[in-house]
Amino acid sequence: MLEAIHISKAFDGKTVLNDVNLRVEGTVAVMAPSGTGKTTLLRILLGLEKPDAGTIRVTGTRMAAVFQEDRLIEHMTALQNLSLAAPDRKRTALLEHLESLGLSSEANQPVKIFSGGMKRRVAIARAIACEPDMLLLDEPFSGLDDAMKVRAAEYIRTHMQGKDVMLVTHDREEANLLGAKEIIVLE
Amino acid sequence: MQISTICRNRIYRVLAVVFWVLVWQLVSMAVNSPILVASPARTFLALAELGQTAAFYQAILGSLGRICLGFTLALALGLMLGALSFVWKWVNVLLQPIVSVIKATPVASFVILALIWITSTNLSVFISFLMVFPIVYQNTLAGLGSADKKLLEMADVFRFSHRARIRAIYLPAAYPHLLTAAKLSLGMCWKAGIAAEIIGQPRNSIGAQLNQAKLFFNTPELFAWTIAIIVVSVAFERLVMVGIHALMRRTGHA
Repeated sequence: MLEAIHISKAFDGKTVLNDVNLRVEGTVAVMAPSGTGKTTLLRILLGLEKPDAGTIRVTGTRMAAVFQEDRLIEHMTALQNLSLAAPDRKRTALLEHLESLGLSSEANQPVKIFSGGMKRRVAIARAIACEPDMLLLDEPFSGLDDAMKVRAAEYIRTHMQGKDVMLVTHDREEANLLGAKEIIVLE
Repeated sequence: MQISTICRNRIYRVLAVVFWVLVWQLVSMAVNSPILVASPARTFLALAELGQTAAFYQAILGSLGRICLGFTLALALGLMLGALSFVWKWVNVLLQPIVSVIKATPVASFVILALIWITSTNLSVFISFLMVFPIVYQNTLAGLGSADKKLLEMADVFRFSHRARIRAIYLPAAYPHLLTAAKLSLGMCWKAGIAAEIIGQPRNSIGAQLNQAKLFFNTPELFAWTIAIIVVSVAFERLVMVGIHALMRRTGHA
């Protein structure tokens, strides 16, 4: 479980988040138009940014994320990217993750030659492969076609069953695909 | 198409060399004094004669060994201290004045000072080291500092090990800077190393042979040694660059 209590954040005097409260238990979607601090909130929850005020409470040992950008190691293969994030997992298990997202034949190819959609799938597989207790997703399906969106959402739902997922998006359909039980709208 | 462009460029390069050799020939003919300007023919004859003596190879190997040692020591220490300075900022604060002094001081000052401190045999090792160390140190620091912040954040979230961070994020960021450092320092360490040998005159060295040729006004030999220095320097530079590129390919960065 993850809880944000009275979170506020400003950059150069401009308030981005003002007294935000939220609790992530199960699958929760945070929706807001662009530029309203969704990514800042996610960064604060991941511990990458310190809030000006408020506290974060986290229960669980392992967090993973799909960032707005893929943030892959471009010169390494898809399999190596997964292996870096999940070094304890067996190669066959990592290959299964890539296979689930239709990347089995590209597993040993360097990510730098992949299309945007393929990179996105590797980023999703990497987050799931490390078997997190809490998964934070920032616009995870951007660049994927409709069929792949459904497949990726199903993959995430299967592996994160009974665990906590927070989706940050501006697209309600993405929240529905992941089966979000609660949708929080940031003002 | 690409092959023909490469061939054409090579032909142009050869023609440029031929042009300058012709200019050299014309100048030597105009001056008409082998002591002032040795002709290309006399120079290459002197080089061929030198090539038949053991002393020629002993001098080249001696200089190569000393300059390589200086370069290797500077590379190792520059990489190590550059990395330490990146991790602990106080190391950089401590080293920066020394690095600035080394960079600003003329080579000749160091050579004269070093002759008081160390033997002439080790002089070119020391001078080569001094030329290379600041470049490697600063480029290592800059390379590690240029690592992608977003990837480092990702590594934090996924709890990458230190080894994984170095291999996946820091090394790819540092490689272009290390290539620049190698390119910059290879030529410099050769020039400075030979200059140090001319002053220090250690046994079995190109510098001592150059000095000897100068003393006897043997200009063709002086020119021949200069050509030998250029050839060895270029070969050394190519060898090191090939090594770095091979290392990059092996780690998947090329």
